[in-house]
Amino acid sequence: MTTAASASPTAQVTVTDTRISDEIRVVGMVWERELIRYVRTRTRIVSGLVQPVLFLFVLGYGMSGLVGTTGGFNFREFVYPGVVAMSVVMTAMFSAMSIVWDREFGFLREMLVAPVSRTSLVLGKTAGGATVAAAQGTIMLVLAPLVGIHLTPLLVAEVISLELLMAVAMTTFGVFVASRIQKMESFQVVMQMLLMPMLFLSGALFPLNGLPGWLTVITRLNPLTYAVAPLRQVVFSAQNMSAAARARFPTKVTLFGYTLPMGLELAIVVVFALVFFVLAFRGLSRTE
Amino acid sequence: MVTNIAMDRPDLRLRDTGPVAVDVRGLTKRYGAMAAVKDVHFSVGQGEVFAFLGPNGAGKSTTIKMLCTLAHPTSGQATVAGFDVVSRAKAVRRHIGLVFQEQTLDDQLTAEENLRFHAVLYGVPHAQIDPRIARVLDLVALTDRRKDLVSTYSGGMARRLEIARGMLHTPKVLFLDEPTVGLDPQTRALMWEDVMRLRDEEGVTIFLTTHYMDEAEYADRIAIIDYGSIIALDTPDALKASVGADTVDLETADDETALAALKRDGYTVKRSEDGLTVFVADEEAAVGPIVTAVGVPVRTVRAHRPTLDDVFLHFTGREIREQHGEALPMFARAHGARRS
Repeated sequence: MTTAASASPTAQVTVTDTRISDEIRVVGMVWERELIRYVRTRTRIVSGLVQPVLFLFVLGYGMSGLVGTTGGFNFREFVYPGVVAMSVVMTAMFSAMSIVWDREFGFLREMLVAPVSRTSLVLGKTAGGATVAAAQGTIMLVLAPLVGIHLTPLLVAEVISLELLMAVAMTTFGVFVASRIQKMESFQVVMQMLLMPMLFLSGALFPLNGLPGWLTVITRLNPLTYAVAPLRQVVFSAQNMSAAARARFPTKVTLFGYTLPMGLELAIVVVFALVFFVLAFRGLSRTE
Repeated sequence: MVTNIAMDRPDLRLRDTGPVAVDVRGLTKRYGAMAAVKDVHFSVGQGEVFAFLGPNGAGKSTTIKMLCTLAHPTSGQATVAGFDVVSRAKAVRRHIGLVFQEQTLDDQLTAEENLRFHAVLYGVPHAQIDPRIARVLDLVALTDRRKDLVSTYSGGMARRLEIARGMLHTPKVLFLDEPTVGLDPQTRALMWEDVMRLRDEEGVTIFLTTHYMDEAEYADRIAIIDYGSIIALDTPDALKASVGADTVDLETADDETALAALKRDGYTVKRSEDGLTVFVADEEAAVGPIVTAVGVPVRTVRAHRPTLDDVFLHFTGREIREQHGEALPMFARAHGARRS
């Protein structure tokens, strides 16, 4: 058998090496898809609001009676930044976990077989999830006046930046978790067993000081802890709070007796985000 | 219906002339001790419609996966569009279109959005995206539904959209893995019209797997694969001819006289259980002369041309229908599903 076979790259010549501009377009496209899907599913926007609002008002009023008011500052005002964080985290996780849906409905395959790098796909997914989550968190800002939180333009800008960082970390975390989940049924279980404990043990809903030792350890291992604290710090710093109120509702996280500055907290979140990104990338690479 | 492109002797496993779209040599894939694909050789010409026919679990999907760079060959080599599937995997992916058994559309996006997503993922130059989307939608007659969410599409429409999407980045080879599973006959026919139009107008090579005999008929050449090996490879007509000639079965008032009369006229005749079987070149044309030649009253005439079912039976000793669906034991079906 004489062969002309293997030596004929037929007619068309295409650039086959990875081009940065192409990869950036891919990131943008994956990002855009997340946004389209978010805007298109209004029920998701609404349901993403219901739970935080429930926590803010029901828990807020319920606990206010127990906690009381210190220097004109009550539990609702304390819990508000936590609830904003909660809505960001839940939206980010939900967005990332849509990979499980994509797997179920086959679209993940369409993405994974394309001649693009996994990095671009994870980056796009992360950017999309983060944008959507920050948007959802920002919608929560309209509730601020109702609980007596004063907003300034600077505060709004700070909150949105922190929301974005938090959302990036949680989206990469979510993509990593989702890449390990093969079945849609597991999704609810994971949400209940991971997301709720993470939220409860992040300081979002109650101060982290004075907890028993074992619980303190868990809260310090929780990446969310380091994202919730800065959010609360910037919100509180814009409020007119008495010294007594600041003492009653602390915002700082201590680690081994050392009070972390905000910069370090943010750095910890960044490190977590990077670790989760690598894990997410690995998780997706494993898939096919 | 099937236009046979001018090419070299189709009965050759390796095509020696013309541009080659897919070239496979000694391809083998093992999962542990089990060989899913065993030392497979073939090549497919540019613009050819090539069908892989075989029961579930025969190795069709495994072969297609290796050609699409989704699975690594254990040994052997393959080139697709001139690129090695192992060393130039990314180049291969850029030059192929894929339509999987299962749907891979985002049904919360419109048809147009799905296509745009795909165009960007496959690096279609920005200026070409819109014209190309318009073109492929036109090819599958979905232009007027382009703004609709895919969730509103029927199964057949979604499948055709996937074929359009597979063609969007002008691939050299379009792989269709069991493209018509779950579609009703009318939709299947429609889909085939689309596929043939693509081949004619875009010159793309179509490589498909199927376990439907009637579907393989559309192909220029068919490879029958069973237990991981190609057991026959030829044009549909040649495959049928290799099984045997056309036959005409007769029942007459006096078979002995008829037999003698036919033999005298030079026919090849055989006594069968309830009459005579005459072997002919073309059953349709032969019926008239035979009935005249027997010279005794004819009770029944049945003309028969071998089908691909006969071909499959001939080469494997089984009917392909036994191999899938309800007749298959539970375990084997689960096994086949996992492999596919």
